[in-house]
Amino acid sequence: MTGHDGATGSGLELREVAVTFGATTAVDDVSLCIEPAEVVALLGPSGCGKSTLLRAVAGLEPTDRGTVRWAGTDLRGVPVHRRGFGLLFQDGQLFPHRDVAGNVEFGLRMAGVKRAGRQARVGELLELVGLSGRGGRRVASLSGGEQQRVALARSLAPRPRLLLLDEPLSALDRGLRERLATDLREILRRTSTTALYVTHDHDEAFTIADRVGVMDHGRLLQIAPAEQLWRRPADEQVAQFLGYDWFVPASALGAARPRGAGPDDVLGLRPESLVVDADGPIIGLVVDRHRTRGGTGLLVHIDGIGTVGARAPGTAVPGPAARVRLRLEPAVTAVLPPA
Amino acid sequence: MDRHRRRVGVALAGLVPMGFLGVFFAWPVASILARGLLVDGALDLGGFAEVFDSDRTWRIIGQTLAQSVAGTTLAVLLGVPGAYVLYRCRFPGRAVVRALVTVPFVLPTVVVGVAFRSLLVDGGALAFLDADGTFAAVVAALVFFNYAVVVRTVGAMWAHLDPRAEQAARALGASPARAFREVTLPALTPAIASAASLVFLFCATAFGTVLVLGGPAYGTVETEIWIQTTQFLDLRTAAVLSTVQLAVVTLSLTVSAWSRRRRETALRVQSDAETARPLRRADLPAVLVTAAVVLALLMAPLASLLAGSLRTPDGWGLHNFANLATSGQRSTAEPGLGVGLEVSVWQAALNSLRIAVDATWIAMVVGVLVCVLVTRRPHRPGARRALSVFDAVFMLPLGVSAVTVGFGFLITLDRPPLDLRSSVVLVPIAQAVVAVPLVIRTLLPVLRSIDERLREAAAVLGAGPARVFTAVDLPVLGRSLGLAVGFAFAVSLGEFGATSFLARPDRPTLPVVIFRLIGRPGADNLGMALAASVVLAAMTTLVIGLAERFRVHSAGAEV
Repeated sequence: MTGHDGATGSGLELREVAVTFGATTAVDDVSLCIEPAEVVALLGPSGCGKSTLLRAVAGLEPTDRGTVRWAGTDLRGVPVHRRGFGLLFQDGQLFPHRDVAGNVEFGLRMAGVKRAGRQARVGELLELVGLSGRGGRRVASLSGGEQQRVALARSLAPRPRLLLLDEPLSALDRGLRERLATDLREILRRTSTTALYVTHDHDEAFTIADRVGVMDHGRLLQIAPAEQLWRRPADEQVAQFLGYDWFVPASALGAARPRGAGPDDVLGLRPESLVVDADGPIIGLVVDRHRTRGGTGLLVHIDGIGTVGARAPGTAVPGPAARVRLRLEPAVTAVLPPA
Repeated sequence: MDRHRRRVGVALAGLVPMGFLGVFFAWPVASILARGLLVDGALDLGGFAEVFDSDRTWRIIGQTLAQSVAGTTLAVLLGVPGAYVLYRCRFPGRAVVRALVTVPFVLPTVVVGVAFRSLLVDGGALAFLDADGTFAAVVAALVFFNYAVVVRTVGAMWAHLDPRAEQAARALGASPARAFREVTLPALTPAIASAASLVFLFCATAFGTVLVLGGPAYGTVETEIWIQTTQFLDLRTAAVLSTVQLAVVTLSLTVSAWSRRRRETALRVQSDAETARPLRRADLPAVLVTAAVVLALLMAPLASLLAGSLRTPDGWGLHNFANLATSGQRSTAEPGLGVGLEVSVWQAALNSLRIAVDATWIAMVVGVLVCVLVTRRPHRPGARRALSVFDAVFMLPLGVSAVTVGFGFLITLDRPPLDLRSSVVLVPIAQAVVAVPLVIRTLLPVLRSIDERLREAAAVLGAGPARVFTAVDLPVLGRSLGLAVGFAFAVSLGEFGATSFLARPDRPTLPVVIFRLIGRPGADNLGMALAASVVLAAMTTLVIGLAERFRVHSAGAEV
C-alpha cells in the first residue's frame, strides 16, 4: 500500500489530471476514484473532454499534470499495451481482415494464451454477448449492433483490470441502443468488471452506472450515485445539463414546497414537474400550449415565480388565458443548495 | 527505458530514407543549382544571362511550354468523354477497354517514341502525313501516353459522384447540357485539375518520347539538358536549364498537390453505390470520340509497332526477334558508326531485369519506411511538424525530372567522397530515386485510410508498437505492397532519362539499347529496335498486369 492521502490502494484513482492541446485545456484538473467492480459513467455534451479523459486513462493521450494510479501504482510511463485496460470505441474498430473469433482472441494472443485456452475463452465470450457459433463470420457481414457486441467480447476477453467505454452505443439506433444498454449493464455486473463509461445520453448513463459524473469544459462538475445526482444536483449548470429548465426559490411555493427542501433551497423544474390537478395548491395562468406524447404541454405564468412549463393529462386541456391549478411532482423535481 | 529504445528505433527508421534522399537526391540536385548559380563560391547570375540571351534557349522553352499546353489540353478534352464512357456507362467489354486504355501509360517512353515513329516513317501506315519529327507527332505521343491519367483520375471520381445532384438540377428545369455544365462539371473540377496538372508535369518533363520522335530540329528543356551535357559538354548551360526545369516542376507540383487536397475533400462526400448505367442514344458523341481515340490514337501505334517488328526484307517473319541474340548490324559503308552494341539485346534485357530487381527493393525499403513514419501521430507538436516537412520532402523527387537526377549523379558521384561512376549500383539507385515517389503514392493513401483507433484498439489489447504494425498495418497494406512492387519494377524497366546518363557502355539496359539501335542506319537495326520495343512493352505490361491484380479497389486510386 502506498497510502497516499485518500488513496484506497485498489481500483482507479485520478488526481488533478489535466490534458491540454496547445492552448486549449481539454481536461482540467479532474480527480476521480473508481472502486473495483464499480461502473462509473461520465456524462457531458460533446467536446466537454470526457473522451479525452478516457483516452488519457488508457494511455493514448499524454497527461500534462496530475497522476493516474491503478491499485496505488502510478501509471506514468506505462505504455498503452502494458496497462491491461480494455477500450471499447463508439464504432467498434474491429480488425477488418480477421473473422469474429480472430477479433475476440486478439488480446489473448498478445497475452500469449495457448490455442486451446483461447478457443475456450472465445466461445465463452461469444455466448456472453449472445453471438454463440458466429466465430467464423466475417466482421463486415455483421450488423452494427452485432459488431458492437463482438467489440465488447474482444475487449473483455483478456479480462481487463478496467474497461473503458467511449460512447459504445451512440452509433446505434434508438431501440437497439436501449436494449444493448440493458444487456451491457447485465454483462458488466455478471463479470464484475470495473468500468468507466463515457456518454452524452442520460438514459444510458443512469441505466448502466453505479455513479454518474457530469463534465463540462474539461471540468468534472459533480459525481454522485445516480439517484442523488438526479434529485440533488450540485448547481444550476449540472441541473440544466440533466434537463431541468427552470429554477425557482423553494420559498416561492410556500406550503407546496417538497419535503426535504429548505426555504433557502432552489428547485429545479422540468416540464413534467408541474401537473394540472383540480386539487393542486399552485395557481397559474396558461400562456401557451402544445401537444406532446400522451398529453398536452403548457407554458404557465405563476405569480412570484414567472413562466414555467407544465403538463396537462390527456383529458383536461385548458386553453390559453385559462386559470389552472397545479401540483408539484417531487420525484421529477430537483433540490439545489442556495445559489 | 522502453520509451528510449522506441525513440532510437524511430530515429533509425527515419535516418535510412533521409540519408538515401540526402545523398542521392538533395546533394546531386543542389550541386546542379550550385553549378548554375555559383562561380568560385560566389553567387553569379552571369550563366543565366548568357543562357537566356540565346535565341536557342527561348525557342526551347517555348517548345516545352507549347507541347505541354497542347498535350494537356488535348488529353483533357479527349479524356473527359472517355472517363464518362468508361466509368459512368455500362456495356459489354468495358473492363477490356479500360485495361487497353491503361496500357500506353505504363509503356516505357522510348517504346512510345519508337511506336509512333514506326507509324510515321517511310513505309509506316501514316507516312503520307509527313509528320515524322514534327510538333504534331510529339503532341500526339504525349496524348497517347497521358490519356489514361485523365480517364482514370476523372473516371474514379465520376463513378462515385452522386447522380442525385444532377437529377435535382434536371427536375429544376435544367437541360442535360446545362445540368452537366452547372452541376457535374464543377463537381469534377478538382479531379480534372488534378489530372491536368499531373499531365502537364509529365508533358513538360517528357524525355525519351521527345528524343526519339522530335528529330534534330525539335527540343525541350529536358532534351536540351541531355544534349548540352552529352554532346556539347557544356555543364553550365545544362545546370541553368535544370534550374529552370526545377522551377517549372515545383510550380506544377504545387498546383497538383493543391488540387489533390481539394479532390480528397470532394471524395468524402460521395456515395459508394454503383452509378453506371447502360449506354443511351444521347451518349453517342462521347462513345464516338472515345472509340476514335482508342482505335486511332492508342491502338494504331501499337499495331504498327508489332507489324514493323514482324516485317523483314523478305516478307513476314521472326527474323528481327532472332536478331536480338546479336549485337546489331555492322555497317560496311560507315565503319565509324558500324560498331556493334557491345552486347546482345537479350543480354541488355537481362541487365534491365537485374537492375530492376535492385532498384525495386531499394525503392520499397525507402518508400515503406517513409510511409510508416509519415503516418505516425506523435503527441509532441514539434515532432508532428517535423513529420509534415518529412512528408513534403519525399514528394519532391516525383517532379524532378529523371534527366536532372541522372545529370546530378554524373557531376556529384564521380569523385571522392563517393565515387560510384564505375560502380554497378549507380543505375539501380538512380532508378530507385525515380520510383520512390510512386511507391509512396501507392502506399500512403492506404496507410492513411487506416483509422488511428484501429491501431489504438490493438495497443489497448496488449500489442506493442511492432505488433501493432504487423497486426494492423501490414495486413491492410498487403495487396498494395504487391502493387507498389509492380509499379517500381515497371518504372525501373522503362526508365530512360537517368539511365541514359549513367549506364556503362558495356552494361546498357533495354531502353538504352533501343535508343542506340534507332540511331543507327540499316533496316536490320530498325527492325531490331522495333522487336526489342515489343519485348520491353511485353515485359512492362506483364509486370503491371500482375501488379494490377493486387490493386485494392478504392475511389481514391489513380493511374
